Amino acid sequence: MASSPPRVALIEYGVGNLGSVLNACRRCGVEPVIARTAAELDSASPTHILLPGVGAVGEVLANLRAQDLEPALRRHVLDQKTPLLGICVGMQMLADSCEEHGEHAGLGFIPGRVKHLGPLVGDRPLPHIGWNTIRPAAAEDPLWRSVTDEHFYFLHSYAFVCEPPFAACQTEYGGEFVSGVKRGNVYGVQFHPEKSSAAGMRLLDNFFHI
Amino acid sequence: MLKRRLIPVLFLKDGLMVRSQGFDTHQVIGHPLTHVTRMTQWDVDELIVIDISENANSYEIFRDDQKFKGAGDLLQFIASVAETCAMPLAFGGNIRSVEDVHARILNGADKVTVNSMLVDAPAAVTEASRKFGAQAIVASIDYRMVEGQARTFTHLARRDQKVDPAAWARRAEDLGVGEILLNAVDRDGTGRGYDIETIARVAEAVRVPVVACGGAGHQRHFKSCFDETKASGVAAGNIFHFTENAYPNIKRYLRSTRTDIR
Repeated sequence: MASSPPRVALIEYGVGNLGSVLNACRRCGVEPVIARTAAELDSASPTHILLPGVGAVGEVLANLRAQDLEPALRRHVLDQKTPLLGICVGMQMLADSCEEHGEHAGLGFIPGRVKHLGPLVGDRPLPHIGWNTIRPAAAEDPLWRSVTDEHFYFLHSYAFVCEPPFAACQTEYGGEFVSGVKRGNVYGVQFHPEKSSAAGMRLLDNFFHI
Repeated sequence: MLKRRLIPVLFLKDGLMVRSQGFDTHQVIGHPLTHVTRMTQWDVDELIVIDISENANSYEIFRDDQKFKGAGDLLQFIASVAETCAMPLAFGGNIRSVEDVHARILNGADKVTVNSMLVDAPAAVTEASRKFGAQAIVASIDYRMVEGQARTFTHLARRDQKVDPAAWARRAEDLGVGEILLNAVDRDGTGRGYDIETIARVAEAVRVPVVACGGAGHQRHFKSCFDETKASGVAAGNIFHFTENAYPNIKRYLRSTRTDIR
């Protein structure tokens, strides 16, 4: 049975660069609907939601809430179980709380806290910038199809800390940190698939087929 | 394992891509988007674009015969680079305020490099770092050798700050930058190899990643820089633009001798 093409909503809330995620979707053959408000998200009736994020998490969360997108996101993701992929700070926002220039209440979609990488990485340079590999907890998860041995681009100083059931993949940098999370239909990746060349495209394409 | 990066740098002047030597001689080598497309095909680790125009408004002189269709100003130009470029993009030059940083990030730069702003508006560097995250703000540090000592220069490498680049890098780190791009101005365009001693010293002096630039003329130069310093990345301009398939060939060579190259 042929599946209908995904209707992807890309959440836009005034922080960071939407363009690179948009371009990456187009390279996957998907034209996302940009959702700036709850009404736009509803009228998109999305089959998949992308939550990008660049910048300092407190600022990013404040912007999302200022646009009153949080209740609509909860409805689509938690009630209707629409698959969501959070990217970088978009992943960090899924936690209960985020530390960066103070403590900020996150969306709480996945139990955990976002903390500075400092204590983990020893004397290695921070921020963690560049191409690194991932070790998926469940390689059979469709998100990781054909990407388990690939490199992804990281650009961050903070990382998600959570219980093992929610850690979808780990990355080594001094110690191991959680570079991907999953809880049911909610996914998050710390790296930037939209900046990760062919492997990043494959990962986005995998997500659009979940 | 985190891989160390091999990074091409494109220099722009008045909207055209130029070859740079000693930060002074500029020979026009064509349309930047053609080069960006080639970088994408080469699957480069990252791309740095530095605008060395005297002022950003000079983008308004773009003419039809220079084939800058649609790139009527700098921000549109960044957006078209970002659209062409499937890899991480750092953009620098003529950045003086938090608003300048914001505008470049909104149009598709993943990072911005700041140079004279470290002197002219240090508080704004800190504000930008808090607003966009330290990972988005790169300190570009130009230095020249003066009587055998490395000295930091700003304002298109014309103003002597009379400070060692390692001390300058620590100061930039204190202001909140998340990375250092270290340029050896004397070696720019010479192809005589990287300044290993200064690069090693600066990389030891700071916690943030250091990317070294200036002097690449042979694939061995990249290897020495990776072997003998803690630089997180090694960058170059001319060698990638004038030597046939230089990037993929150098990458292959480095991969054959080191395990920490993608």
